[in-house]
Amino acid sequence: MRPLLLRGGRVIDPSRGYDQTADVLIDDGKIAAVGAGVGAPDGAEVRDVAGRIVAPGLVDVHVHLREPGNEDEETVATGARAAAAGGFTAVCAMPNTDPVTDNQAAVGFIVRQSVRAGFARVYPIGAVSVGQRGERLAEMGEMVGAGAVAVSDDGRPVASGHLMRTVLEYARTFDIPVADHCEEPTLAAGGAMHEGLVATRLGLKGIPAAAEEIMVARDIVLAELTGGHVHLCHLSTRGAVDLLRRAKERGLRVTAEVTPHHLALTDHACEDYDTHAKMNPPLREAADVAALRAALKDGAIDCIASDHAPHAYDEKEAAFDDAPFGIVGLETAFAVAYSELVPGGVLSLPELLRRMSTEPARIFGLPGGTLAPGAPGDVCVLDVSDVWIVDPTRFHSKSRNTPFAGRTVTGRAALTVVAGKVVHDAGAGAGR
Amino acid sequence: MTALGKDLIGLETLAPEQIRLLLDTAEPFKEVSERPIKKVPALRGKTIVNLFFEASTRTRISFEFAEKRLSADTVNVAATGSSVSKGETLVDTAKNLEAMRIDMVVIRHGASGAAQFLARRIASNVINAGDGKHEHPTQALLDLLTIRDKLGRIEGTKVCLVGDILHSRVARSNLWGLTKLGAQVAVCGPRTLLPRGIEELGVTVFRRIEDAIAWADVLNVLRLQLERMEAGFIPSLREYYRVFGVTAERLERAPKELLVMHPGPMNRGVEIDSRVADGAHSVILDQVTNGVAVRMAVLYLLAGGKPELADAAKRGAPD
Repeated sequence: MRPLLLRGGRVIDPSRGYDQTADVLIDDGKIAAVGAGVGAPDGAEVRDVAGRIVAPGLVDVHVHLREPGNEDEETVATGARAAAAGGFTAVCAMPNTDPVTDNQAAVGFIVRQSVRAGFARVYPIGAVSVGQRGERLAEMGEMVGAGAVAVSDDGRPVASGHLMRTVLEYARTFDIPVADHCEEPTLAAGGAMHEGLVATRLGLKGIPAAAEEIMVARDIVLAELTGGHVHLCHLSTRGAVDLLRRAKERGLRVTAEVTPHHLALTDHACEDYDTHAKMNPPLREAADVAALRAALKDGAIDCIASDHAPHAYDEKEAAFDDAPFGIVGLETAFAVAYSELVPGGVLSLPELLRRMSTEPARIFGLPGGTLAPGAPGDVCVLDVSDVWIVDPTRFHSKSRNTPFAGRTVTGRAALTVVAGKVVHDAGAGAGR
Repeated sequence: MTALGKDLIGLETLAPEQIRLLLDTAEPFKEVSERPIKKVPALRGKTIVNLFFEASTRTRISFEFAEKRLSADTVNVAATGSSVSKGETLVDTAKNLEAMRIDMVVIRHGASGAAQFLARRIASNVINAGDGKHEHPTQALLDLLTIRDKLGRIEGTKVCLVGDILHSRVARSNLWGLTKLGAQVAVCGPRTLLPRGIEELGVTVFRRIEDAIAWADVLNVLRLQLERMEAGFIPSLREYYRVFGVTAERLERAPKELLVMHPGPMNRGVEIDSRVADGAHSVILDQVTNGVAVRMAVLYLLAGGKPELADAAKRGAPD
C-alpha cells in the first residue's frame, strides 16, 4: 500500500495533548510521523487537509450490527461502512445477535465478516451468559481467544446478582471489561419511555430512573467486591451519575459511557408518540441531560458511545408501545456531539475527541485512539465547518431510525483511514 | 377545516371554546333521542367505521346509536383476537380504510397513541373512542355535560376522580376537560394507582376517600379492574372497598350533597356501593343518555356541520 501523507491539517492527538498544524504520515498501516514539514516519501499519496481536523479515528464501544440474524436491518459490512462514514475506525459489536454471539465460532464469524468488508475495524463483544439467558457463563476464554474484547448481555441486562459477581471475577483472568446495561427488570417491565410527567400525559408506562440506578449501585458494589472492571453502558440519569462519581472517587474499576442522544434530547421528544424517540434507556429530563454533560466534562463519564441500534422502517411504523427500542447513531454521533457540546463550551474539541477516541480505546484495551508513531494508522479527518441537515435516506446504514432527521448539525467526517487505507472519502462522491 | 379540526383525539389539545362548542352542540341533539322517530338526516350518505380493537359494549353502542340517529351508514369492525400483532394491524388497517374512502373512523385501541397514529395516516376524520391509557374524549365530554346539566355550571365546581388514575384514559380526558373549563380537580386513590407528576398538572391529591368526599361537589368513580389486583397494585379488592370504596355510609357523613358519576361498567361492591350506584346521588344513567347526544355533536361537527345549524339539523331541515 502507498504511504499516505495528510498535509497541513490541525492535528489533534488527545493521547499526547498534541494540537497544532502539522502533517501526518501513515506508512505500512501505521502512524509513521507527525509534525510540521513531514516530507512525502516516494510514491506517497498526498492529501491536502488544510482547514480540517486530523485526529485519531473515532472509537465506538457500543454498537449493534444485527448480523447474524437480522441482516435486513444491518450487516457487519453495512454497519462498518456506516461507522467509517461517521469517522469511526473501530467499533465494538454487541452480542445480542441471532444466534447470540456466545462462543468462539460466533466471535470468529464477526471478525471474518469485518475483515472481508474492510471498512472500520469491528471488535466483537461476547455474551456474558449462554444465549444471554442470564444463567450459565459463556466460554469467555475461548471468545477472547477468537477476538472478543469485552463481555456483555446488553439487550438483556444481567438480572442475577450472583451471575454479575461471577462474571466480574472470572473476567479478571482475561482483564476485559464487563459492560452492563443497567436495568432492574421488574421495575422496567412493560415501560416504553421515561417515567415522568410526559409519560403520564401520553398514557405510556414509564421506566423509572430508579431501575437504572439500582443496577448501577449493584454493579459498583460488585466491582468493589470482585476487583473486576465494570463498564456501565449508556448512562441516562442524574442519580446514576452521582453513584458513578462516588465510585470513581473511591478508585473503583468502574467506567461509563453516554450516548449523543442522551446528551441532546429529553423525554419531550416522545411527545406525538414519535417512535424514533423510543430507546432504552429512555430519554430522560433536562436535569438528567445537564448532569450527563457535567459528568462528561469532569471525566466521571469516560466516553461517548452511539448504541447504534438499527431497526427496519416498518417496525418503527407502529403504536409507541409496539415499536422496538433503539436508534441508529454511527452517522450522526460526531455531528450531534459536536453541535451539542463544543459551541456551547461543554467540551473543547480536543476534549470531545478524547472522549470519542482515546478514552474508549483505552478503557476497552483497543489499539488506536492515538497518533503516536507506531500506532495503527487509524485516522479521521473532520470538517467542523460543515453545517448539514441530517437526511436518513443518505445513510450507509441499512436502517433509517433516527430522531435527528431534518436536524441541522455541524461537523462531519471528510476522510476516514483504517490501517493506512482510505475507507471513507466524503469528497469522492462514491461515499455519498 | 371544521371548528374542531379533522379529528378528535383528546381534550388535551382542544381549546376551552372548542369544548364548550361541543357541549353546546350536544344540547339540541339530546331531544332527538326522546322522539318516537329518532332520526335526523345530518350525516346522510356518510360512511363511518367503528373500529374496536378492544372489547366495548357501552361506548360502541353509544357511538352506533349516535351515527344511526344522524342517518350515517355504519360498519362495525371488532378486531380483537386477531393473530397479527397490534402494530402491524394498525398500519395495514389504516391503508385499507384509506383505500375504501371511508368518511369517518371511530377507533378504540389498547395502545396509547393509536388514534393519533391512524389520524396521521388517513384523510378521514378520526374519533378516539379510547386509546390505551391516553384519552377517551367523548367519555369526558359526556361527564362534563352531565355536571353542567346537574349543577348548572362547570367553572368553580370541585370534582374528584376516584380510583385507578394510573391506567385510566377517562381520568386523563376528564382532567384536561375539567381544568380547561375552570373546575377544580382532585384525585384520590392508592398511591400505586396514581401516575407520576400528577400534582404538576394542577391536581390536588387526597390520600383518604373521606377527605375527598368532604371536599368535592362531584365524585367520578373509576372502574377498578381485577387485573390491577393480580398485578400487585393493591392487596385485594376487598381491602380496596374497605379503604377507597364510595359507600353510602361515607356519603352520609359528607357536609353537602354530592353527585356521583361512574363511566361504567361498574364493579358493585368494589369501587362503589350498590346503594350509591342506585341511590339519589347517582347520575350514572344520565351520563349514558348524554353519551349519545355528545357523540352526535362530535360526529356532526367533525363532518363539517355548522354549530348554529345543529337545531335546524335536528328538525330535519335539508342540509
